[in-house]
Amino acid sequence: MTADNTIQSTDTKRGEDSQSGYRENWWQYFTFNKDHKVIAIQYLVTSFTFFLIGGLFAMIIRGELVTPPSDLVDRQLYNGLFTMHGTVMIFLWIIPSLVGLSNFLIPLMIGAKDIAFPFLNALAFWMFPPAGILLMASFFLPSGTAQAGWWSYPPLSTQNPSDPVLNGQLFWCLSIVLLGVSSIMGAVNFVTTIVRLRAPGMTFFRMPIFVWSVLSAQLLQLFFLPSLTGGVLLLLCDLSLGTNFFEPFRGGDPVLYQHMFWFYSHPTVYVWALPVFGIIAEILPAFSRNPLFGYKSVAVATIGIAVISATVWAHHMFTSGTPMWMRILFMFTSVLIAVPTGVKEFSWTATVWRGKLHLDTPFLFALGSAAMFLFAGVTGVMLGAMPFDLHVHNTHFVVGHFHYVVYNTITVGIFGAIYFWFPKMSGRMYNEGWGKLHFLLTFIGANLTFFPMMPLGLQGMVRRIASYDPQYQWWNVIASFGGFLLGVSILPFIANIIYSWAFGYKVSDNPWHATGLEWTTTSPPPKENFKEVPTVTLAPYSYGRPQYSTVDSTDEGAVRRHHR
Amino acid sequence: MSNFIPSRELPKQQPQSQTGAQGSDPESNRGFFSDDERGKVLFGMTSFLTSESLVFAAFFVAYSALRFSSTNFLPAGVSLPNFDTSTIIDTVVLLSSSFVIFLAERALARRKLNLFRLLWLTTSAMGAFFLSGEVQDWLKETLKLSTGEIGGPFFIITGFHAMHVTVGILLQTIMLIRSFIPHNYDKGHYGVTCVSLFWHFVDGIWLIVFTLFYLWR
Ligand SMILES: [Cu+2]
Repeated sequence: MTADNTIQSTDTKRGEDSQSGYRENWWQYFTFNKDHKVIAIQYLVTSFTFFLIGGLFAMIIRGELVTPPSDLVDRQLYNGLFTMHGTVMIFLWIIPSLVGLSNFLIPLMIGAKDIAFPFLNALAFWMFPPAGILLMASFFLPSGTAQAGWWSYPPLSTQNPSDPVLNGQLFWCLSIVLLGVSSIMGAVNFVTTIVRLRAPGMTFFRMPIFVWSVLSAQLLQLFFLPSLTGGVLLLLCDLSLGTNFFEPFRGGDPVLYQHMFWFYSHPTVYVWALPVFGIIAEILPAFSRNPLFGYKSVAVATIGIAVISATVWAHHMFTSGTPMWMRILFMFTSVLIAVPTGVKEFSWTATVWRGKLHLDTPFLFALGSAAMFLFAGVTGVMLGAMPFDLHVHNTHFVVGHFHYVVYNTITVGIFGAIYFWFPKMSGRMYNEGWGKLHFLLTFIGANLTFFPMMPLGLQGMVRRIASYDPQYQWWNVIASFGGFLLGVSILPFIANIIYSWAFGYKVSDNPWHATGLEWTTTSPPPKENFKEVPTVTLAPYSYGRPQYSTVDSTDEGAVRRHHR
Repeated sequence: MSNFIPSRELPKQQPQSQTGAQGSDPESNRGFFSDDERGKVLFGMTSFLTSESLVFAAFFVAYSALRFSSTNFLPAGVSLPNFDTSTIIDTVVLLSSSFVIFLAERALARRKLNLFRLLWLTTSAMGAFFLSGEVQDWLKETLKLSTGEIGGPFFIITGFHAMHVTVGILLQTIMLIRSFIPHNYDKGHYGVTCVSLFWHFVDGIWLIVFTLFYLWR
């Protein structure tokens, strides 16, 4: 069967299948449902809710930083806000939203009926809202939330102002442990699914790069998350049970916590970034009608990044009394990551090179993500260079670099993925104009917010402070303006998704004429994903070969045609 | 159904199952595991145990690091955890339960259900014996959670291990109850295999705990 009649035949069979799908049964999203597609939407919506909360915190922080003195919120709340902002965005937005996307896509991309252990999958999801609520509940404690930053370094985090049990730090620890258990379940599920449930013919080197990325990311979760979970458990014991693991005054070692924390928390950056690199690798070929350049090298680079990322953690600790041999070793490994990461950047560039570009919203987001990642990566290499890092450590330069990674690359990439697979999830098309508006506001807002942090850091403005020297005000006002613009940029997205989910016009099963296996089934996919188990015969990303291409060589506006 | 729409090179060999009629031809699934339920479950369980063992590893590394570096590892007048014959008996009982559970699994594979139940129950009993011995050890212990850098690690690590023993016994109980459901093992017994794997894991961890606190004097 050729691609053309696959699409045709499924087109005619649509109707009842997609009707009985996911929109009408809205209540199933509130139940303990074991369908990976339902769990995916549950993850995405819940994590997006936390994204809005974390964003609100960020805007209060930016509001405080408009003027040099500390005048908007009291300092204790300010400390709580930046701690919660970091924790929420990382543990309740980036990780779970990517788990949501992976949940939806992995079984579809490898031709499986569901995730390996559906019950465990649902259980893992239902541990996530309670963990989030627990974290939020700490705002109502007499001493407020945790205030030691998202790293919770002891001895600051074990100061324990009020009560050994009812304190924000304990709630923080419990929440992280709960999320850790949930993530381990997820990792077991994803790794097993990818290794054991691939459809016949889906060899490892026929897997889309997104699947490679999720495999690498989830292996990192499996091997490194135990370190954070263990470290936080010990912190919890110090805090509430009176042990002395990290208490320097009683013989404990606070640097030990830093090692346990960063041993996971550096690799975790790749747990977030790799799937986004995968998203970019899916979107760019589809909208430039070119095969992904150097597929095999990109797949190997994905694994390479994961492996090297395990050996770099102490670059966060150059100023923690780390001995010189360690500093040099970790500087070397940190900078080494630029090699496989560079392979990816070159692959993306070569993919869109001389392609027939269709500037639709998913493509804009993917390209924006790839472009801004260049800046994130270059500043990352700068920070990996120990002599430079010693000077900018704990300044806004680090904050700027980090946000170029987590917002400008990762969050922007996630938005791209949501637009790209929205037709598959809902069977409907989003509004292109609003999508472009969202991109424009995001792109301008993100750069306005996070670029000023670089010069601020170089000039010496320390991070996590509520008041600062007036000489820094100019850049801070720009960053705050950008921050509020980012807040506004979310509005067209929300309106677009809600409206389109309900009233968007229905689309064919493969509106982008993309080549992935997920596009061969109906939109939304039926309960067991495929009418019959697909047999895979060829490698992915076979765009731009006229004899096979579904469109393009004959009809230039083919992708666009579906936007009417 | 074809899918990854054709590309750079044509397939060298037509796949046998172009129509997707699985099952009729056993060859069509060669090299792929989609229908291998047992393999899937064991793979998942092994991944989980790998991850879980790394939590223990994190604790072991933390303890060893503190033991080497802390100035306050063993405060004056405090001695290392109490090591007597009861600890050795507990250890022997727990470790030999691994052998008993192996026999139980073998009995099940040979469909000797009653022998399986007997051996399975014996394993749980040996686990419970270990737990009670452990609790007695804790009660006798002069160390406290806050004693230097030895008290915390000792109680947290042995406690975390004891928690795993407890979970193991609970899982064994569930499997024992399920063994009374008619036709429970018609599709294989990988639930039992998983619990057995978990039990071997718990025993293996105890060997390291034992070494770290009792042999490393
Ligand atoms: Cu790092």
